[in-house]
Amino acid sequence: MTTIPTAREEILGRIRTALPGTPTSVETSHASIARSYNRIGRLDRHACLELFIDRLVDYDTDVIQLETATGDTLIAQSVADILHNANEDRLIVDEAFPQDWLPETLAVIRDNGLSTEQIDVAQTVLTTCEAATAATGTIFLVHGGAQGRRAATLLPDHHICIVRRDQVYELIPESLAAIAASSTLPITTISGPSATADIEMTRIRGVHGPRRLTVILYGAL
Amino acid sequence: MKVVVGKTAQAPDFPIAAKIALKNDQLRRNVHNATGIIRARRAIRVEEMPDWEDLRQTANDIKDHTLAHLDHYLIQFEHNVERAGGKVHWARDAAEANKIAIEIIRQYSVDGQPAEVIKVKTMTSDEIQMNVALEHAGINPIETDLADMIVQMGNDEPSHIIVPALHKNRFEVREIFREKMNLPDLGDQPVDLANAARHYLRDKFLRVKIGVSGVNFGVADSGAICVVESEGNGRMCVTMPDVLISLMGIEKLVPTWQDLEVFLQLLPRSATGERMNPYNSFWTGITPGDGPKHFHLILLDNGRTDLLHDERERETLNCIRCGACLNACPVYRETGGHAYGSIYSGPIGAILTPQLQSLDHSRSLPYASSLCGACYEVCPVKINIPETLIHLRGKIVREDQKTFTGALGIENLAMQAIARIFLSHRRYEAAQRLARVGQLVFKRKGQLANLPGMAGDWTKFRDLRPVPSYSFRDWWKQRGNESTAKDSATKEVR
Repeated sequence: MTTIPTAREEILGRIRTALPGTPTSVETSHASIARSYNRIGRLDRHACLELFIDRLVDYDTDVIQLETATGDTLIAQSVADILHNANEDRLIVDEAFPQDWLPETLAVIRDNGLSTEQIDVAQTVLTTCEAATAATGTIFLVHGGAQGRRAATLLPDHHICIVRRDQVYELIPESLAAIAASSTLPITTISGPSATADIEMTRIRGVHGPRRLTVILYGAL
Repeated sequence: MKVVVGKTAQAPDFPIAAKIALKNDQLRRNVHNATGIIRARRAIRVEEMPDWEDLRQTANDIKDHTLAHLDHYLIQFEHNVERAGGKVHWARDAAEANKIAIEIIRQYSVDGQPAEVIKVKTMTSDEIQMNVALEHAGINPIETDLADMIVQMGNDEPSHIIVPALHKNRFEVREIFREKMNLPDLGDQPVDLANAARHYLRDKFLRVKIGVSGVNFGVADSGAICVVESEGNGRMCVTMPDVLISLMGIEKLVPTWQDLEVFLQLLPRSATGERMNPYNSFWTGITPGDGPKHFHLILLDNGRTDLLHDERERETLNCIRCGACLNACPVYRETGGHAYGSIYSGPIGAILTPQLQSLDHSRSLPYASSLCGACYEVCPVKINIPETLIHLRGKIVREDQKTFTGALGIENLAMQAIARIFLSHRRYEAAQRLARVGQLVFKRKGQLANLPGMAGDWTKFRDLRPVPSYSFRDWWKQRGNESTAKDSATKEVR
């Protein structure tokens, strides 16, 4: 008795017929792939941070640098200043976001599973991040906790991201390695505000994602 | 199984379509302008990477390894996606993939409400003509990538892998948006047009319950999926809806999370000349409380397994759809993408499109190249496109020779005759003598002009030197008679 093969069986069957068997195991073969590209950065901490800032500015990101000696004590004031200058007062943060880093004078929207409509009211979202890459000016959000749910980091027009200086790696391979343990959680990498070059290759800042990105750098190198 | 790649079955041969495209000055200006800008940007961004060649080589090795163990990695990937709460579907061809998508959409659509989906740019959905199938089933697909909106609203076809509306300038885009979005006062600055798209789509992102995406990379050992984009429409489509359907060619796998470090460095610099594109989204199955509640992944074959048999052909599946070869190609830059008759245009389209369809369609595409090699040079995964073009030309010729008309065709007869002539020096010299007499009527100012038949396709546009009045061999023979003594003296010195 023959049964009609499912699409899965047929596709896998076609693959197996086409491929010659290999004597080495998949794992051994994968491990033997040569990786002679740069996997570890060469810059010292100071130069690495300089590079990160240079790349952020190149992408039209606003960068606020807090003194290394002040630790996290000036974050709340810095957030208040940024919001004041941007004339924004509807700030959303995740419910897990540290209270100490929030301006006391402001009524903050706490995301504890809010609906899309409730999130859409916010003008600004404030998050931390998991890691950052200097060479490309990239911030890694591993969503959940103080880094926010995906929708909350996406709908507001302005994203303020707090980056601890020791979260900044020089290269992409180092940053991906740093977040590997969380790689099955939702992750967004952000390199500047949303942009398009679809019309005559002219870069336009701000399409559907946040149109402005501000980075607050704090902590020791 | 019936492989479908866009509208290639109805497309005219490349030489015919190219002639039409070359007469469109506006199109040529737009394509020249856009490809020129991306090429220059890419060059700068590649130049600043000291390890670019190492990255290319590793990318090629990883893809080669993955394809050699594709069954293993697909099963591992399927297992991990389902373990994380996703549902994996397998589709042999375009029709099966569309049928699966339509069934999923109907399953989650509310009775009495029009079924609609928001889509983030996926070339694979264009390959299987998903929008046509959805519309046929009464489902409204809303493209959300700016360029895809331009193409969809203009009833157009994508002409570039990365910038599908690259053939349209801002004024042409404004006309389309004015009409379709009902904005009579819309300006023509790119920023006006992007803002119009933002306002038009915002409500749809917040309201539409089903999203459709492609997949740039699937990570086999974790089940994670990556979508690469710039505008934020990708983030919207994979985050906001309750249901997410992702369509993925079976070759889009990488074995491990670590392998992404290679491709995430190569792709943005090659595609748009950016160090990194604004957004990459990663997700694994379902995450309670964040994003879609239901995730369906459609794994698509549609001819891909046919390319696995032969190593030269298999390499085409390395492609990560960056579009660098299009921008580098002197043929693409003159004709634009539509002349290829396939949503995969340019050099990669010229090898991918005919191979997916077992050379049943698009047989003129492997000839749409001067074999200059610029595509190979810029390819971030080192696909040897010129070699593959030659391989496919050989395959097409051998197939044609098996048919009655092909075997008795003038080209085959001429080539067979030439092959026989080249086998014997006597025949070769006789042919030379014949040509010297025969060419007299075509000689103009030291060149051959207006040759008859197929040879005329060459002489119409290019110079062809006549066969000289005596050959090197004639000269050598004569010289031997005159200076035997001197010749032997030279030999002694050696």
